[in-house]
Amino acid sequence: MIEVHQPANSTEYIQHHMTHLMLNLHNGTLTNGGFWTLNIDTLVVSFLLGLLFLIPFWIVAKRATSDTPGPLQNLIEILVNFADKQVQETYRGYSSFLGALALTIFVWVFIANFMDLIPVDLLPWGAEHVGIPYLRVVTSADLNFTFGLSVSVFFLTLGFAIYEKGSLGYLKELLMTPFGVWFAPVNFVMHVIEELARPVSLSLRLFGNMYAGELIFILIALIPWWTQWPLGLAWSIFHILIITLQAFIFMVLTIVYISLTKDSH
Amino acid sequence: MNINVTLLGQMITFALFVLFVMKFVWPPIIKALQDRQKKIADGLEASDQGKHELELARKKSLDLLHEARAQAKQVVDQANTQASQNIEDAKAKGLKENQRIIADAQNEIYREVGLAKQEVKKELKDMVLLATEKLLQKEVDQATNQQLIENFIKEI
Repeated sequence: MIEVHQPANSTEYIQHHMTHLMLNLHNGTLTNGGFWTLNIDTLVVSFLLGLLFLIPFWIVAKRATSDTPGPLQNLIEILVNFADKQVQETYRGYSSFLGALALTIFVWVFIANFMDLIPVDLLPWGAEHVGIPYLRVVTSADLNFTFGLSVSVFFLTLGFAIYEKGSLGYLKELLMTPFGVWFAPVNFVMHVIEELARPVSLSLRLFGNMYAGELIFILIALIPWWTQWPLGLAWSIFHILIITLQAFIFMVLTIVYISLTKDSH
Repeated sequence: MNINVTLLGQMITFALFVLFVMKFVWPPIIKALQDRQKKIADGLEASDQGKHELELARKKSLDLLHEARAQAKQVVDQANTQASQNIEDAKAKGLKENQRIIADAQNEIYREVGLAKQEVKKELKDMVLLATEKLLQKEVDQATNQQLIENFIKEI
């Protein structure tokens, strides 16, 4: 029989909800091992959510028809069209990679955010009954998830910039602009700050919104049960807006950052 | 909420997802969308074309109708002319036939009259002979008196 942990007070309850299922890579135990720790719940849940997004899309793509589409194809076409439009409005020239990137970010982040709307206690409660002590399902409230996306975007931006301008051209831009060759160190530092601020703000924006949203759901779960539903309802409705908006912002900013590498300043 | 090695795992997952979408999801759906766009454009163009053709066909059918009407009128006129012509012809022919029949009948009558006359003459000759024989109480030799009788008959 698995012993289900009962929190003693609200602090413990919140801490329990805020703890990842961690695997210490130093000794293979479920403890926090500093950098060499895997957040199993983030990895597994985000992967499963990714499959939830990829499999229907793949099935539809395989039997995509240019005749009358079915309801699922219709939905997916709307999303694809949406991502495609965003890319075409911002990026000069056609790139199926950028479209795929935008679509993946939007849908994956949206589904990850959506986990916030599932009652906070439901999945961790179920997990405890099958022997999983900690489970955080809102993967976009994990910095590793948001930075995983934004750091990838950062490297892509670098790659695109070097591809567009050549490594020498890019270096020249780093050193020469905006103040000219005599202020090369100043220019360089400014560019580095500019480039680094992007992934940091990109990921922290999403993380902050989702983390706060999750925390408020947890706080609502702590108040007496008869006041929970109006507050929970109000916050859920508001949160539907936020999760969509955050997914959209992440996608658009990614496109913008990559498009900026093409425009000469 | 610490950054740890999960970050690398997430980046790898993300890269795989993007590659998967780029390779297997994006191109077929975009292609389907473009194909449909083209189909719709073609359909609209075809409908415009169809409208145009319908207009042409309507004009053509109207023209044909006018032509047919004119032709029918001509045919009817022609038929009327022909009919009156036929009637005139028939009248003329009938008149001619009539005249011929009358002439034939007259000829027949003349011929019949001639024959009757001859018959009467012959009868008369016989009667004269018989009467003469009765008067004379003697047989008259027809051969010898032939000339006489004939002269007599001619005088009648």
